[in-house]
Amino acid sequence: MDGGSATAKVCGTKPAGLAEDDAPADAPAIDFTSHVGHDPEGHATLSLLVEGAHCGGCVARIERALAARPEVTHGRLNLTTKRLAIAWSGPDEAAAPIVKSVTDLGFGVVPYDPTQMDDSEQRDQRRLLRCTAVAGFAAANVMLLSVSVWAGAAQGMEEGTRAFFHWLSALIVLPAVAYAGRPFFASALAALKAGHTNMDVPISLAVLLASGMSLAETMRGAEHVYFDSAITLLFFLLIGRFLDRRARGRARSAAHRLLALAARAITVVGEDGRQTVLPPGKVRQGMTVLVAAGERVAVDGVVTAGRSDLDTSLITGEMVPAAVGPGERIFAGMLNQTAPLTVTVSAIGDDTLLGEIVRLMEAAEQRKARYVAIADRISRLYAPAVHALAAAAFLGWMLLGGIAWQPALLIAVSVLIVTCPCALGLAVPAVQVIASGRLMRGGTLLKTGTALERFAQVDTVVFDKTGTLTVGRPSLDPASAGSPEVQALAVSLAAASRHPLSRALVRALGPGRAADGVREVAGFGLALETPDGEVRLGRRDWCSTTGSGTGDGDDATGPELWLARPGAAPHCFRFEDALRADAADVVAKLQARGLGVEILSGDRPAAVAAVAAAVGIDRWTAATTPADKVARLETLAAEGRRVLMVGDGLNDVPALAAAYVSLSPSSAIDISQTAADAVFQGRLLAPVVEVLTVARRAGSLVTQNFALAFCYNLIAVPIAMAGWVTPLVAAVCMSSSSLVVVGNALRLAGRRTAASR
Amino acid sequence: MGILIYLIPIALALGLLGLAVFLWALKSGQFDDLDGAAHRILFDDDDEVPPGEPHTDPGR
Repeated sequence: MDGGSATAKVCGTKPAGLAEDDAPADAPAIDFTSHVGHDPEGHATLSLLVEGAHCGGCVARIERALAARPEVTHGRLNLTTKRLAIAWSGPDEAAAPIVKSVTDLGFGVVPYDPTQMDDSEQRDQRRLLRCTAVAGFAAANVMLLSVSVWAGAAQGMEEGTRAFFHWLSALIVLPAVAYAGRPFFASALAALKAGHTNMDVPISLAVLLASGMSLAETMRGAEHVYFDSAITLLFFLLIGRFLDRRARGRARSAAHRLLALAARAITVVGEDGRQTVLPPGKVRQGMTVLVAAGERVAVDGVVTAGRSDLDTSLITGEMVPAAVGPGERIFAGMLNQTAPLTVTVSAIGDDTLLGEIVRLMEAAEQRKARYVAIADRISRLYAPAVHALAAAAFLGWMLLGGIAWQPALLIAVSVLIVTCPCALGLAVPAVQVIASGRLMRGGTLLKTGTALERFAQVDTVVFDKTGTLTVGRPSLDPASAGSPEVQALAVSLAAASRHPLSRALVRALGPGRAADGVREVAGFGLALETPDGEVRLGRRDWCSTTGSGTGDGDDATGPELWLARPGAAPHCFRFEDALRADAADVVAKLQARGLGVEILSGDRPAAVAAVAAAVGIDRWTAATTPADKVARLETLAAEGRRVLMVGDGLNDVPALAAAYVSLSPSSAIDISQTAADAVFQGRLLAPVVEVLTVARRAGSLVTQNFALAFCYNLIAVPIAMAGWVTPLVAAVCMSSSSLVVVGNALRLAGRRTAASR
Repeated sequence: MGILIYLIPIALALGLLGLAVFLWALKSGQFDDLDGAAHRILFDDDDEVPPGEPHTDPGR
């Protein structure tokens, strides 16, 4: 990955955080053979989750690499779910070289069990689509029959023909309702069992009563049946439900991928010095394990021998690798970059910091699940009111109106049909679909159905620093570049290293060729023997031993590299993590709207203070752990604030899950994108403002839609209670109210052209 | 009106046929990867062996 592609996801090389970087990854330590299954034709099969595939090019590269292997009979990557299915003829052990041909392209892969991971989300969506198709088919055909009956009523259709048409409708509608209505019936039953009501209770009641009553009327040979209303209602609602579900269902599998990170084999050094490879479950506290260069640390522990640089971005969000030596603690999830380390295990599995973070996230997500969608809150008032009205109509007509119970029941049911929340059921999904479509065109993906409602209520915005307010990649401060001679020398050393700072240096001052004989001293820097003596490029304390004093104090605002030459004062290259271009602008806009803005960062105080000053944020907290971040968000929540958390690193994940609503840049690691309610693309922060704007507008449209639905009921209910509703009136009322609501929602898309760009 | 005896079953059968085709498409996985399919059409390497078919030497 070269300069200039910081925001577009760099396919193949994994996004920052999970980056095994482009260091030739460790030979896959996962035992793929044990995950191999067999299909009925006797081929060996393997299912993998692919990390880092984002575009068609990735699909082409992976599938081509697989097709190039003669033994592979099937290899197909699903770009939506990031799942790769491979089949080959031959022994199970062939898995390793086949998988290697994919990992060699720079993609990370994790095996999964397809039977276990065939997640309910996807099954649900398919079931809804099937139900919608069946309901659509039935609605279309019944509509044909109904139009004939309505037309026939005006032109004097024979009673026999009418009865025949009614029976035909019953034949189509009853099985369709029984099949397509199940999502609503099941949800309504579950709600009733739990002792409360939701939107599905009045829906189910109306659909069941309407079809049941119509069947009774058909048997009686009566004039009016409501089959068309029942099935059309179901069809509209299923569309709303399907759109709603599809808008939120994406990328749930990333959490599994994260946990699979830990599921690699661990090299254990026995007391006699022999190395054995054990699965993670068999490693115990106190054992000594070896972490090879390029390998991800699988346990928490203390370094006993070796020096190396660790990429800690997964845990701390810090972009510059930390140097570690004997006696220092390291944590699972960190990536060992330069040299092997010997580590004494202090915690494994769920007890590690990584396990802790995952647990924090799950706990926070459960709390969030309690948020009730506005439609459901309204239905809690709405359902009892409607049912009371229907009961009142029934009793009123029977006791006061003095008619028999059958026609009274007919009137009561027509009240239920007319008031049935078709408009209500569409009011929210229609707005949400149009709002999320508009945001999608702007590069923002909404993941949860209720996110939009929560975005609209935000009054405080909390930013992470690295990778969110900043680009998340070091760049050389031009003021510290030094003389051309210094630059050339530095580049000739730096070009030999993959350390992020070296690469930033080459990016800024290069291109240059690496000098011959550059040594990488793990944890310290680079050294080159020249005729005049040793030249060093690396840490301050390491370089200062050869030259004169380099000054001290740790008040630097960013990472540094020092260049020490024989016979010259050391030169300091300073690096900064550049702000996103519009960060200050966005913060100012948010503040102008009266939103509170603050920073929660795991970085050092000096660095956070500098960024806070640059973007104009007064409140900031530095050096926070993931748990600190959650604690701060909970304090804010306890003060009654509705907090939007914007963050990207693994250390933000619990906070993203705990916040009232959360947003991640698409450069974030996958698990953050999973935890966040929405993901935005691009190198600017402007989508944060856009999301809040659209959410507010959508919120007011939802309110308007509810108002429209309410007005409609205000007119329709008295008509129904008076007993004047015929099937024709019901059909016209229902369709027109739905059209009005959808039309109102469409205004959100229409205004876009005028408002933006 | 006798024509109805033929027309209505024909109409219903056609509708059912459409429904069956849709359900078949859904079941055969054509809606599983809506993103990938959009990109897949852009690859134009002729020697790629379609997945699921026996491998032969790319003809050259």
